[in-house]
Order: sequence, then C-alpha cells, then structure tokens
Amino acid sequence: MGKKLLIHNDKVPNIHTLDVYRAHGGYASVEKALKTMTPDQVTDEVKKSGLRGRGGAGFPTGMKWSFLAKPEGVPRYLVCNADESEPGTFKDRYLMEKIPHALIEGMITSSYALGAKTSYIYIRGEYFYVARIVEKAIEEAYAAGWLGKNILGTDFSHDCYVQVGGGAYICGEETALLESLEGKRGNPRIKPPFPAVAGLWGCPTVVNNVETIAAVCPIVNMGGEEYAKIGIGKSTGTKLISASGHINKPGVYEIELGIPVEEFIYSEEYCGGIRNGKKLKAVVAGGSSVPILPTELILKTAKGEPRLMSYESLGDGGFQTGTMLGSGGFIAMDEDTSIVKNLFTFSRFYHHESCGQCSPCREGTGWMERILKKILDGRGTEADVELLWDIQSKIEGKTICPLGEAAAWPVAAALRHFKHEFIDYVKNPKNIKDVKHYFRLNNLVEA
Amino acid sequence: MKVTIDGIEIDVPKGTTILQAARMIGPEVAPPTMCYHSELKTSGGYCRTCIVKVTQGSTANPNPMPKPVASCRTEVMDGMVVQNVTSPEVLEARKGVVEFLLLNHPLDCPVCDQAGECNLQDLAYGHGAANTRYEFERREFDPIDIGDKIKLHMNRCIMCFRCVKVCEQITDGRVHGVVHRGENAEISTYIEKAIDNDFSGNVIDVCPVGALTDKTFRFKQRVWFTNPMDAHRNCENPKCKGLVRLWLKGDEILRVTARKDQWDEVHDFICNTCRYDKKKKTDWVIEGPTQVNRHSVISQNHYNHLNELKVQVMKQQKALGFMDINKQP
Repeated sequence: MGKKLLIHNDKVPNIHTLDVYRAHGGYASVEKALKTMTPDQVTDEVKKSGLRGRGGAGFPTGMKWSFLAKPEGVPRYLVCNADESEPGTFKDRYLMEKIPHALIEGMITSSYALGAKTSYIYIRGEYFYVARIVEKAIEEAYAAGWLGKNILGTDFSHDCYVQVGGGAYICGEETALLESLEGKRGNPRIKPPFPAVAGLWGCPTVVNNVETIAAVCPIVNMGGEEYAKIGIGKSTGTKLISASGHINKPGVYEIELGIPVEEFIYSEEYCGGIRNGKKLKAVVAGGSSVPILPTELILKTAKGEPRLMSYESLGDGGFQTGTMLGSGGFIAMDEDTSIVKNLFTFSRFYHHESCGQCSPCREGTGWMERILKKILDGRGTEADVELLWDIQSKIEGKTICPLGEAAAWPVAAALRHFKHEFIDYVKNPKNIKDVKHYFRLNNLVEA
Repeated sequence: MKVTIDGIEIDVPKGTTILQAARMIGPEVAPPTMCYHSELKTSGGYCRTCIVKVTQGSTANPNPMPKPVASCRTEVMDGMVVQNVTSPEVLEARKGVVEFLLLNHPLDCPVCDQAGECNLQDLAYGHGAANTRYEFERREFDPIDIGDKIKLHMNRCIMCFRCVKVCEQITDGRVHGVVHRGENAEISTYIEKAIDNDFSGNVIDVCPVGALTDKTFRFKQRVWFTNPMDAHRNCENPKCKGLVRLWLKGDEILRVTARKDQWDEVHDFICNTCRYDKKKKTDWVIEGPTQVNRHSVISQNHYNHLNELKVQVMKQQKALGFMDINKQP
C-alpha cells in the first residue's frame, strides 16, 4: 500500500463535517503553523518539501510563493484554482466533495504563510453542488473560529470566500481566473506582469490548485524534509490521479509519485487492468491536453527503462517519445479505441472552449476540428492529414495562454504516434466504424 | 538600454517595447501590427502578427525566450537580441497568423469601403499566401447598425479589440464590448444599445479592417478616387483638437477622419461634430494635401511621384540619346 496523505480518510462517514474531520486530526497544521511557526518558516517548509503545482504545470510551489511581491500597505491574496475542467481530470472535485475541510485548512495555513488576509476559492460553474459543500464547510469553520478575526487567539485574521465560475475552461488559466473573479470577461491577461506582482485587483496574488493547497497541511504537519522523502527525485510527495477510460476500476487514486505506470494500470490496488481482458492501446497520462502515448512508450521510455508516474519520468524523451504528468487525468484506451475519434472529441472541446482573444487559437482550433470531422465523415485526403500537422505547428507557442498549446499537443501527438490510423481512415473510409452512432451521441449532424 | 533588432543596435529608454524600438529603427525592421494602437492602453498582443524571436533575453540573462513573443507587449531588456525579418521561423509563423486571420474573413474587398486603406489587405499582400487552404463554410453574421452613423460588419472583424479599448478609454461610458466566446465571439453593443457618445466615431478610424464603417460615407466612393487633405478648425469640444483629414472629391467633402500616422495609428481623436456635421469646405482651414505613402493605392491621385518618375525616365532617355517623346513638335 502506498502512503496516503490527502484522501487517507475519505471513507470515514461524515468526514465532510468539521467535528469528524477534527477528530481525525484535522486543522492540526493550522494550530502548528499559527502557534509555533512564523510565516517564513511555513514557506521554508513548503520549499524544502519540493511540492510542485498539482494543477498541471508542475511549477515548484515554494518558489512560486517566494516570488510574491510584498509591498507595504498593499493587500495580498491567495486564490484557489478549483476550476477543474480538463477532460479526464476530476481529482479536485473528489477532494472538495469528500473532505472540504482539507482544502479550507490548507487555505488558512497557506494564507498565513503568504500574509494574505483574504482568500478566494474559484469553483467551476458545473461544480455547483461542490461549491455548496465547500460553502457549508466554510460556515462551520467560521462558527468554530478557524476563520474570521484572531484565529486561535493570535493576531492572524482571515476571510475565505467561494466564487462560482460561469463554466468556462479558460477560467482555469490563472490570469483568466483572476479576470473572471474581478467580474470581467474571462480572458487571459498578457504576461508579464505575473500574478505574483499584479494579480487580483492589481495586488500581489498567488494562484494554486486545490490539491496543492491541500498538500500544504501534511507538509506542515510532518515537516518539509519528511515529505520530500516520499516520491522520487524532484517529484516529491503524493499525487491524486483521476483514472478513467477502459480500465476495470476507474476512480481517484492517491499514489506516491514514482510508482511504475505498469503497476498503476495493472495492479489491483489501482486501476485493476484493462476491462474485458483487452490489450492497452494508448494512454493520455495527464489530462486531455498532454500528448497521447502508445502502450510501448507509456510502459517503457525510449531508452527501455520502465516509465514511472513522476514529472520527470513521464516527461522523459520530450514530446517525441514522452508526455507530461499534467493534472493527473489518466485516460487509458483499449485496443478497440479509434484515436481519430478520440482526437476529434478533444479538438471539439478546445474549439468550444477557446476564448477568442488571439487569432491562432480562435481560428485554428475550429479548423482542426472541421478537418477531423471531414476525415471521420470519410471525405478526408492525405493532404488533410498533412494540413492538420501544419495547423497545429502554427498554433503551438504562438498564443497568449497555454490553451493554444493544449489544443495543439494532442493533435501533434496523435499524428506522431498514430499517423497510420489517419492514413487508413483516409484511404479506406469503410474502416471508420460506428461513426454515425458516435455523431448522434454527440448531437452532431450527420454529413 | 541597448537592444539589437535584426542586427541593428539602438539605444532606447527603459519601458520601451520591442515594437517601439523596431519602429525607431525604421519600417524595414518594424513588425506589422493589427491590434496594437499606441494611444490605447493595454491594446496589442491579440493578433500575434507582430511576434518576434528573442534570441537573447538580456545581458544579465542571455538565454533565449522559449517561445516567440508579441513585440508590442514585451518590454526590452538591456542587451536583448531580437530577430524579426532575419528569422525564417518568425516569417513562417507570421504567415500562419495571416492565414488564421483570413480564415473567416469574407474577402469581400470589392464591395468593402475599407479597401485601399485596409491594414489586413496590406498584411495579406506582404505576408500571406496566395490562396487559402480552408475549405469549410466561413462564419457569418448579419451586418448591424451601431448607432445611426456606424455600421458593423462582424464578418470582416479580426477581433483586434481596438474599438473596445476606444469605448473604454476615449468615450465616457462603455456600451460596447465582446460577447460570446472563441470563434463565435463578436463585437456588440450592450444589448443592442446604440453608441451615442461624442467620440464614438473613432471606432471607425481604429478599425484595421472594414468591420466598422462610416454610414455617411458608405458606398459613396473608393478611397483611391478621393483626395485626402489635412485640415483643422477650432473645435468647441475641449477634448477634440479639431485636427482632421478631409477626403475630397472635387469640392465636396465626402468624409472626415482623424489623422493617421505612418503606422496607421490615430493620435488626436476627433469628436463626432467634426466627423459628421462639418462637411462644408468653409468649415475648415485646409493645410494642404496629405502625405501619402508612395506604395499606398490612395497615392494614385497624387501625381507628384509620377512626375518625379517621369523626370528620371527622361533623364535616362536623354543619357541614352533617345528622342524626347514628350516634347511637342
């Protein structure tokens, strides 16, 4: 059994209430931090822990915190990014739904470290019921004195608010999230300035993922050095993985970073193998935007070493033969899956979610979707496949925010590893199976 | 601060953007722009035509920047080395951006009032491909009236956000913005509320394409058949300096616009009174013909350069011992 730090007591009845959570050792990190540590000590512990952002980019959290500008007389904010909308990722929902107090505890401890008197939890619009749960937990925390003025008799006061988004994927991008939080249209800002200097209402702001903030509690409790012992290399600690696709046991699993991918897929503790005894065809390891990898490359790196669930190992080989850990949305596909159809679904999503601010993403995402639809309709040509490659290369890296890349990478990876499938569809349209059914399911007009 | 753009070094003050530095050097190295407008704060960064490659971040940190950056929104650092036209990568990327901008553009130049003074035409001519690879239906919107003087053709819009910034920053109340998302995003007024503001007409001037056009000028004349003249008047509006450009056909003033500089940017925004109500020659003090770039199609009606050319040709002919064909017998 791997070590669990975040969701170890998710099966405890009524763990979402403050009393039960407290009885299981909750809010210990707040007590420890506020009573025995200075804010800088907390930041140091997080730095020592080597915790990396769990939202997808994997940026070291301690470093992010130390970049926060601290001018006199200007408020600082902590914003929790709970706008989890990446297809294939649902770990934050699980955490907030089951143990909302873990997030609130992390918010208080992190805010203490950053000197933020106010924090916001920006929850995705579709997670409305989750927002209710978190709001209720915040009410409980206020009533018990964990939030509000002079927490635990110290001079640290803190207010925490929940803001529900309008349901746009782009608002998960940190600057778009801040715009949306300010009540504006959720368009990403042009960086620099980074939020650490000018974020929410122009004030220094730290934006962290739900899981990152929740992970601050065990770090403070056990100490950064102890936390850094878990995991492998620079991928320290545990990570929530949302496993979905053609596996026997889909769900949210907490893993110690560094376990082999093969173990994660096939062991009974985690995914439990591919359903119906089928063979694995491909894996999207970190949410829909990271490159897809075929079986031989996801189980072993190009050098022949076993691939591990860690930031470095999954990224081994760059995008030629590697992928990213991303936000931990692990999608496994069996041998019957059509990569073209899968890619079409992803492209449709990015087309729908592009904010429309910069031209390559606004126009390119729709173009890619239409070409893929054309191929699935059986009208594609080989030139279309080449064109698809050309379009993605013209979007990648040319946009304001990473949505452009998120739209381009899956296309690039599918073409890199599964080009034969595209060519097959183009040359033998008869091989395209069940596409009418698929279009009907997705309310697409049959062409 | 020293910055090198395409191998040319220039000293610029702190806070200058790469684009401004490139413009200081000259039009040869200045990246093309569609959405950047120097008088409008926070403009730029959207269209991505001005992307350049930074091969050295600064003297202190000589690493190259990983991605191409929008030159209009990136400030220079001391010792920065930038590649614009010398980088094939940038030119290729720019070609891609032009293709994206034209993807849903109707290419209705023959019936568009902006033709001849359209930045997208110039951009496509300079950097685009000869034909499109897009074979699907283009997005379509119905043209709508924004107020009684402005027509919006959303089909032609390239989402540069300049008009939104004008409404935010130049006019008093913002009633104009972007609705919807992604490909379906469109410029619109607040629940079809018309813009009736002293300075609303400036959205026409800042529009780089024919999306926002002057209804009082629509279909009256192609711009290259008119004669632009710089003129001024004492405007009663304290915010308006009354510095305008008159577009004349004979003695008739067909339209009045703000003056644009070398980069097609407006610096003195004009009020609607100057723009729409002063259409008599007696209203204005005419300073003289506008200097139009020789490459612009508008310069067709300004024969000065042709005269120069003729003189040159005649000199050559003389030198070669030809007969002067222009001489009357």
